[in-house]
Amino acid sequence: MSAPSLPAFCLRLVRRQLVLAVRRPVEILNPLLFFAMVVALFPLGLGPDPKSLASFAAGTLWIIALLSNLLTSDTIFRGDYDDGSLEQLLLAPQPLYFSVLAYLGAHWLLTGVSLALISPLFALMLNLPLEALPALVASLLLGSGVMSLVGGVGAALTVGLKRGGMLISLLILPLYMPVLIFGSAAVRAAAQGFPAGPQLAILGAMFCLAIALAPLATAAGLRISIDA
Amino acid sequence: MWTFFHKLGSPPWLYAISGSILKYLLPATLLALGVGMVWGLLFTPPDFRQGDSYRIIYIHVPAAAVALAGYYVMATAGAISLIWKMKMADIAMQCCAPIGAALTFVALVTGSIWGKPTWGTWWVWDARITSMLILLFLYLGVIALYEAYDNKAAAARACAVLSLVGTVNIPIIYKSVDWWYSLHQPASIKFTGESSIHPSMLYPLLLMIAAFYALFACALLLRMRAEILDRERRTGWVRKLLEADAV
Repeated sequence: MSAPSLPAFCLRLVRRQLVLAVRRPVEILNPLLFFAMVVALFPLGLGPDPKSLASFAAGTLWIIALLSNLLTSDTIFRGDYDDGSLEQLLLAPQPLYFSVLAYLGAHWLLTGVSLALISPLFALMLNLPLEALPALVASLLLGSGVMSLVGGVGAALTVGLKRGGMLISLLILPLYMPVLIFGSAAVRAAAQGFPAGPQLAILGAMFCLAIALAPLATAAGLRISIDA
Repeated sequence: MWTFFHKLGSPPWLYAISGSILKYLLPATLLALGVGMVWGLLFTPPDFRQGDSYRIIYIHVPAAAVALAGYYVMATAGAISLIWKMKMADIAMQCCAPIGAALTFVALVTGSIWGKPTWGTWWVWDARITSMLILLFLYLGVIALYEAYDNKAAAARACAVLSLVGTVNIPIIYKSVDWWYSLHQPASIKFTGESSIHPSMLYPLLLMIAAFYALFACALLLRMRAEILDRERRTGWVRKLLEADAV
């Protein structure tokens, strides 16, 4: 049997991650449930006044999306590290850059994309103006891609550690902050009737930069974690 | 040239050379710090609008400048240790993080002490200040990651990767006052063109910046020497050194 071509190899990896997730639907639903519950916390903490909720909605939704991405990024490589399949991936003839990209892409599809698609529902609950919804979905789609890629670096560096959970947030939250700034700015601009294009363009640029560089750092991090 | 570079990887050689550098650098640093401090605090004219409170720039600006430069030193040392697997670069990188974190903290605290009388508030979420806070978190993240690993060689490589990833933030911090409209004033000292600060205030400030760079170098070398002794404590040359000291 000959080795599969590179695109076919990556597609197989993505499909494997998706199949693994579909067989345990809780893994997909948990981040969404987390999102819903934290959305419910804000009216309880800040008071249910629709006006004040609307003024906080853009930032609130973005922070929750960031947190649910953060909580799931710890699990990107954890299972495969524990059962040894990660070691096989490192030994495979295909370049690690592309296999890592496939893993992170699958993580993005499972958490970021699903969260972005369901976010209009929660945005309406928080009284976000309707005209901001396209900007919210677009900014979450791009921004969660960046966050999955950057989160992969943190996950790769901490996957070998027993107590990695808290540490990974300390490592990658500072790197999430620029994404949060431009993501929530895009939604705020749209909510006030301004075009969100410039902020979305910057998010897109960050996404391109992250696709180019983050898998390199993630691959280096995985090699270190496997060696250690 | 290359023999010099290779010699840098040898702990006894680095220990010896850093000792002879420190013998001159440490007194020079203390002298420059003392002169710069007295000059800046006592012999410069007061600002016509801020009075004497502006004098905190003689600590604030040098600390902030060296805190940013320290991150580059750390990331460069990390890159060297990843590429050439040089043990001494590991040590340099690991010793940079606490010094850089301390300097960033000093810059934030002095800035907020100055901000209270001048801006009327201890803290504003302005681009430059927020990004310096992010710099502090980056430093603390590197320290936390280093402490989490039991295997120190792996810890150093992991920290090297993390500090290289973090360098994307440094130009943003540096340029934040120019890119965003912000409360923090843009840089007053320019290498090209006229500085917007009077020479009578500028010269002590330049002296203090130089002194802080030297202070960073001294602190880094002192920490590295302690770390070298700790790592090499089972080797012959350290035992000989300690015996010679004990006599």
